[in-house]
Amino acid sequence: MSEYPPVLFTVLPLVFTGLMGAAILAYVVLDGYDLGVGMLMPAATPEEKQVMVASIGPFWDANETWLVLGIGLLLVAFPVAHGVVLGALYLPVAAMLVGLMLRGVGFELRVKAEGWHRELWNWLFWAGSFLASFAQGLMLGRYITGFASGFGYWLFAIVVGGAVCGGYVLLGATWLVLKSEGELRRKAIAWARWGLMWVALAVALVSIVTPLASETVRAKWFSFPNFILVSPLPLATLLSGIFVWRTLGKSDWKPFAGAVAIYVLSFLGLAYSLFPYVVMDRLTIWQAAAHPSALIFVLAGTLVVLPFILGYTVYVYRVFGGKAKGEDVYEG
Amino acid sequence: MDETLILARAQFGLNIAFHILFPTISIGLSWMLVVFRLRHERAGNEAEKRAWLATYRLWVKVFALTFAMGVVSGVVMSFQFGTNWPGYMNKVGNIAGPLLAYEVLTAFMLEATFLGVMLFGMNRVPGWMHVTSTIGVAAGTTISAFWILALNSWMHTPAGHVMDGAALVAGSWLGVIFNPSFPYRFAHMSLASGITAAFLLAGLSAWRLLRAPEDPGARVTLRFGVRIAAVLVPLQIFAGDQHGLNTLAHQPAKIAAMEALWQTERGAALVLFALPNEEKKRNDFALTVPYGASLILTHEKTGEVKGIEAFGEDRPPVAPLFFAFRVMVGMGVLMLLLAFTSTYLLRKKELPPRWLLWCLAGFAFSGWVATLAGWLVTEIGRQPWLVTGILRTADAAGKASGAQLGSSLTAYILTYAALLISYMVVLTHLAGKGDGGGLMKGKLK
Repeated sequence: MSEYPPVLFTVLPLVFTGLMGAAILAYVVLDGYDLGVGMLMPAATPEEKQVMVASIGPFWDANETWLVLGIGLLLVAFPVAHGVVLGALYLPVAAMLVGLMLRGVGFELRVKAEGWHRELWNWLFWAGSFLASFAQGLMLGRYITGFASGFGYWLFAIVVGGAVCGGYVLLGATWLVLKSEGELRRKAIAWARWGLMWVALAVALVSIVTPLASETVRAKWFSFPNFILVSPLPLATLLSGIFVWRTLGKSDWKPFAGAVAIYVLSFLGLAYSLFPYVVMDRLTIWQAAAHPSALIFVLAGTLVVLPFILGYTVYVYRVFGGKAKGEDVYEG
Repeated sequence: MDETLILARAQFGLNIAFHILFPTISIGLSWMLVVFRLRHERAGNEAEKRAWLATYRLWVKVFALTFAMGVVSGVVMSFQFGTNWPGYMNKVGNIAGPLLAYEVLTAFMLEATFLGVMLFGMNRVPGWMHVTSTIGVAAGTTISAFWILALNSWMHTPAGHVMDGAALVAGSWLGVIFNPSFPYRFAHMSLASGITAAFLLAGLSAWRLLRAPEDPGARVTLRFGVRIAAVLVPLQIFAGDQHGLNTLAHQPAKIAAMEALWQTERGAALVLFALPNEEKKRNDFALTVPYGASLILTHEKTGEVKGIEAFGEDRPPVAPLFFAFRVMVGMGVLMLLLAFTSTYLLRKKELPPRWLLWCLAGFAFSGWVATLAGWLVTEIGRQPWLVTGILRTADAAGKASGAQLGSSLTAYILTYAALLISYMVVLTHLAGKGDGGGLMKGKLK
């Protein structure tokens, strides 16, 4: 199979790194807000719960498919890394999957249940959301450190787990600010402030610990002139945080947009820390990449299909725009 | 076989068996919803329009729950390829990866996104857009099955690939996708889905009629379900026979194990029932039909049929295939009888006898039994290979420890058992209550 020009072996893995990153970012932001809404459930009254559920009802199935797309692209583009990463993350992945199952099914079944049954499914929806979020943070924490063993590294992963929960709560609360009215909206503003403080603490902590824990990351951020060149990234993250804080209560959509900006910026920082590794310090994207025959085939399909996916996703968000109402559940 | 391999297989087998239950229903049911939706749109008078809307609303709930179960268990699958079978991705990732990616890109995203419109959008989008969304979801489920079965068939009858060092790459993608067993498997599985959904529809409607004999919606869906079944089951028997002949050509060891034929012989007898004895390589307590196997498989009385001995060590275990195959065929025969009887007894508009309703209610989930038995036959029948002639299952297993596998397997079993029971209880409850749109209470505007 030598007819493929060498440049393809260099460029295609880069293209797929970008695509996979975009899919994972889309997943984190999209499923992040509905996981966040799930985690906030216990703090709401039964009527408010109806509105909260209605605000994510039309979207959650599709949001979750971005995870499958991200994992699918990892599997397609970097088959070797897929095995290494998921093998090393075996237990957190299992925990996340059980969490996602419980919440997905809890979500569907709570609508059809009454009395204590509904309470049980509400509880499972909350617990599943929390378990899935925490497990995702744990995976991220383990992944950043290249699955290093030792108590300190696990503690770090647990902290990141908590940070991701806080981040999702922020996204979920700002989503509710966008989608709700009255008392629930007032509550959501308070939740968002808590979430934001939590995120600020966590981002600061992770930004301090990661360079200490990883030499590779330290070299990337704290050597001259890199330090100057990448300094806009943390600054912009800080500004986004301030923007969210100041616009809460004044605008419906600005806090959510600000929360998304925090995610995008943190994600870029993370991507910068990791690149070009797909498994930290062990496998680069070029070492792990699949054969060009597979990558070209998938790329062709992606380029044709992705505009449609984006198009109908935007359409669905427009159809279900505006404030959510409790009775929107299953109007068939 | 070492312990971790058994656990890895048990876990993956459990997951994939749990997962397939839900797409099997949703593929068939999604097209039935298209019919209900169009009947509502096209109905001549107001009463009929309402009846079809109520039917649509009830079954769209069933669909949403089924789809959600499929999504959550499907997400598990996408991870377990990596966690349980890393060797699979290393060796054939260049083939399997793109097929799975196409499934997500062309099908999964489509169905998941339009499901939102289908479930919540009836009052928010124009009628034609809602019909389009319903069709979009149905098309998505079917395209999804297309890609997954392309990959699964390729694992049974690999074609279109070339070696590149230690790994495989696609030489011709058309050759990979339209591999020799793909058309048969796709037809067999699509029909299985239609039949499973038809029996579910008829079974739950019968359950409703046992409690509320006057429910007009349940009467309509009962007739609809049994008629679809009466058409699809005979087609399935034909498709299954063709699939069997295809398997004989490409995976003869699987057929030998299914029929419990130990020795190669001319004029081989058909084993109706026996206890296959792996140790002594013979059947105990066999009940046979002389020349039967040769007649069925070669269409000649003295045609030669290869026995298990001809395949040496590379052959599947006999007993699981032999029994699973008989469960599948047995279910098929019962479903055929029930579908024909019901169609005949339901030819007039009056209420069918209660014993028939009980039979149909009992068969509500019969499609699952036949489908699972069929998948056990085809998947165990591929052993010891993961990809026939290319990759052995044992060589693809990962390094997860027995403790990791065992603990997560326990968690999965508990979760799945709870989910499956909840699913069936909720479906039965929904159907028993019937009346999705409040038709009988006059709630519907």
